[in-house]
Amino acid sequence: MYPKDLKYDKEHEWVKVDGDVAIIGISDFAQDQLGEVVYVDLPSVGDEVAAGESFGEIESVKSVSELFSPLTGEIVEVNDALGDAPETVNEDAYGDGWMLKIKMADAAEVDELMSAEEYEAFIAEEA
Amino acid sequence: MTEELLRTPLYQEHLALDARIVPFAGWEMPVQYAGIIEEHKAVRSAVGIFDVCHMAEFRFFGFDAFDALQSIVTNDLHKIDELGSALYTVMCDEDGGIIDDLIVYHTGDLEYLIIANAANRQTDWDWITSHLPEGVEAVDESDRTGLIAVQGPRALEVIASLAGEGFVPPARFHIAEARLENIPVLLARTGYTGEDGVEIVCHVDHAVAVWRLLLSFAEVTPCGLGARDTLRLEMGYPLYGSDMDRGVDPVSAGLGWVVPKAKTGYIGADAVARVRDAGPARKLVGLQVSEGVPRHEYPVLHEGTEVGKVAGGTYSPTLGHGIATAYVPAELSAPGTELRIAIRRKEVAATVVRPPFVKQTSLSAPSS
Repeated sequence: MYPKDLKYDKEHEWVKVDGDVAIIGISDFAQDQLGEVVYVDLPSVGDEVAAGESFGEIESVKSVSELFSPLTGEIVEVNDALGDAPETVNEDAYGDGWMLKIKMADAAEVDELMSAEEYEAFIAEEA
Repeated sequence: MTEELLRTPLYQEHLALDARIVPFAGWEMPVQYAGIIEEHKAVRSAVGIFDVCHMAEFRFFGFDAFDALQSIVTNDLHKIDELGSALYTVMCDEDGGIIDDLIVYHTGDLEYLIIANAANRQTDWDWITSHLPEGVEAVDESDRTGLIAVQGPRALEVIASLAGEGFVPPARFHIAEARLENIPVLLARTGYTGEDGVEIVCHVDHAVAVWRLLLSFAEVTPCGLGARDTLRLEMGYPLYGSDMDRGVDPVSAGLGWVVPKAKTGYIGADAVARVRDAGPARKLVGLQVSEGVPRHEYPVLHEGTEVGKVAGGTYSPTLGHGIATAYVPAELSAPGTELRIAIRRKEVAATVVRPPFVKQTSLSAPSS
């Protein structure tokens, strides 16, 4: 449920690093807590995001949550497919349900994120 | 509130079905099982069942029961003179403020059953019993009554196969005795989803057996409060505490149809008549929004000025967009009026519409 090749933050986003680009989405735990996603509000390519700051919103039937960026950088790609098919976040949180690709400003920020084991322990503690 | 939460007799069933449990009106209730949208669609296309055992059930008996209740509720109880018929109504205080909305069932000779909101159980009981003359027997049967709603276009099929040969379902807004696999129940042809179906009234000790019987059908889906809310909002059915409360009269709440003009002498009649004569200053309307999900308390705007707040709002699984209800000034309440709703950082277009938001269900006349 928590792929080992990803990093995680306390707001339940995941990060996959590919060179100087990071792919960002929300964890399986987060999508399950939200329930069926009906809207994902994402920023645009070229926008800057900062670690710990809100970059968008995700909404289910019952609730709305802010999305927080785990890293600082410039958005190079946005998953526009979520506009028409927001439920992809539920169905494939780590794959087609990705949200942003950013060009990292400071790759060292990745080291501060949690490993899959650490994230699993963090969730167990929160629950 | 540190008050301990109550559990219905079906609590363990919900846990076994992996439901997500939330506090609601003092009870621990399932908000969803598989997912709100999935459950919602099951009710619109097949059958969904809901644990509504938390609701309040009061019974009244005696020669004077009719007159006593007639002076308490706004709707005309003569509409249910026929034994086995039922009536949706509200009851008001002297100022016309809505104390609760109720269904009154004429269950027996000189006998009435009232089903009321769980959160209002004590308030309603105190109000009604303080206005009863001596000689009308009143019993709060809530703790002994199980209530399970069975809703959807195929609900009656399921009930019929449990009730056995020769079963004739009660007509819409009627209640009748039946046996489901030998369990004695009352079947009320009422509901809160806009679909055909029944609400099963049974002894609390039989609730688990009835629940399991229903779930033994492949076409039956257990549904939580989440789907109950999206289903009722699509139909524009009001929810006490959100679309109405003590601070609003039935005419402003769009419930003028449960307050017959010809009826007088019930509590709040004078106040309601005054609102009717003057015309309500604010009215509850339906709003269809272009994007996003409107939610309780979001501001409703007209030409940049806040004119009200969202009462009930949700994403409509049937329509695929947001719907809401809100109190707005009467002059902005005509269908087609263009308003806006502030959905956090965004302002979206919201058009006044006349509910129901979803027109075609198993209760509506077939489309030609």
